[in-house]
Amino acid sequence: MSSKTTSTNNIAQARRTVQQLRLEASIERIKVSKASADLMSYCEEHARSDPLLIGIPTSENPFKDKKTCTIL
Amino acid sequence: MATDGLHESETLAALRSEAEGLKGKLEEERAKLHDVELHQVAERVEALGQFVMKTRRTLKGHGNKVLCMDWCRDKRRIVSSSQDGKVIVWDSFTTNKEHAVTMPCTWVMACAYAPSGCAIACGGLDNKCSVYPLTFDKNENMAAKKRSVAMHTNYLSACSFTNSDMQILTASGDGTCALWDVESGQLLQSFHGHGADVLCLDLAPSETGNTFVSGGCDKKAMVWDMRSGQCVQAFETHESDINSVRYYPSGDAFASGSDDATCRLYDLRADREVAIYSKESIIFGASSVDFSLSGRLLFAGYNDYTINVWDVLKGARASILFGHENRVSTLRVSPDGTAFCSGSWDHTLRVWA
Repeated sequence: MSSKTTSTNNIAQARRTVQQLRLEASIERIKVSKASADLMSYCEEHARSDPLLIGIPTSENPFKDKKTCTIL
Repeated sequence: MATDGLHESETLAALRSEAEGLKGKLEEERAKLHDVELHQVAERVEALGQFVMKTRRTLKGHGNKVLCMDWCRDKRRIVSSSQDGKVIVWDSFTTNKEHAVTMPCTWVMACAYAPSGCAIACGGLDNKCSVYPLTFDKNENMAAKKRSVAMHTNYLSACSFTNSDMQILTASGDGTCALWDVESGQLLQSFHGHGADVLCLDLAPSETGNTFVSGGCDKKAMVWDMRSGQCVQAFETHESDINSVRYYPSGDAFASGSDDATCRLYDLRADREVAIYSKESIIFGASSVDFSLSGRLLFAGYNDYTINVWDVLKGARASILFGHENRVSTLRVSPDGTAFCSGSWDHTLRVWA
C-alpha cells in the first residue's frame, strides 16, 4: 500500500517537474548583446545620480564630517 | 498488483526522460542567444575612477553576531538583528539606539523595516515572522504590541515587506517562501520549488511588476510570480548555497552571492547568467550583495571579513574594503545611495561612504 502511495507521489512530482520545465523552456528570450546594451545604458543614464559612484560634495553627504579638526 | 507497478515505473521513467530532454532543450535555447559576453560589450564603457570609501559610523551595541540589517525609507534609520536575540533600531547619523527589543529566540536571522517606517518585522529560530510597531512613547513596552504574522516549519531566513505595511514575504529553512497578510496573519500565497532551505529573497523594483527572486541551499535562484505562486524562471549555475540575491535597479537582472566564493549576474530577459565576479584569491563565501543606485557597482560582503566592490559591467574588482574583524553577514545600500551599511559577526555594523 505505502509503496504505491510513494510511487504515486514520485509520478506527481515528476509530472510537476516536466510541467515546470515546459513552462521555462517556452519563455521569450532576447540576445545577450541586447540585454547587455540595456544594462549598460541604464548605468550610463543613472551614473550622474549615483553618490557612491561619482562622489557627492561633503556638504551634501550626511555621513561625511563637515568640520575639520583643529588642534588647540 | 505487479502489472500496476510495472506500468507506474514506465510512466515515471518516461517522465524523467522527458524532463532530461526538456533540460537539454532549455540549455540549447539559452545558448542560441549567447552571442557575446557582457564584459566584451562593456569594453567601450569608461573605466571607474579611484574610490575612497571609508567607515563613517560604527554602530556598537549588539552582544553577539549581527545577522541581518535593513534601512528605513527615511535613509537614516537602520534596524539590525543578532544571534543574541536582540533587534535594535539605530539612527545612523548619530549612532544612537532608538528602540531595542529582545526576541524569545536566539539567532534572529531576518529583519526588515516597514515602508512607512512605523514598524519592523523579524524572526529566526522561532520559525515565525513577527511585526513590532515602533512607538516613541517611553512608557510603552515594544514587546507587548508584537504581532505574529508568519509561521513556517523551520527557521525564518529572510523577510521583506512588499510595497505597503500590509503584506510580508518570507523565506524559510523549510524550503518554501510565503506571502502573508500582516493584519490577519493569513497565508496569501506559498511558493514551492526549492529542493532545500531558502536563504534569501528580494522583491522586484515596483515598476517591474509582481515578482521576486529567491536563492537557496539547492544552489538555485528562482524567480516567482507573486500572484500565481508559479516559478517563472530558474537558474542553477552556482556551485554552492546562494546566500544573497538582489535585483539590479532596472529590474531586468539580479545578482547573487554564494558560498562558492563567486557573485553572479543573471539577466532575466536573456534568461541566463551574464557575468561572474570572482578572483582566484577570493576563496571564502559571499554572504551578502547589493547594487549602488545606478547598478554600476556591486558591493559584496564575504566570510573572509572583507567587502569587495565589483564593476558590474566590466566584471573586474574596483576596490576592497577592510575594517570588520569577523565575517560580513549582511550588507545594504541606503535608499538614496549615499552610503551602505554592513553588519558582521564582530558584533558591529559599519556605515561606509
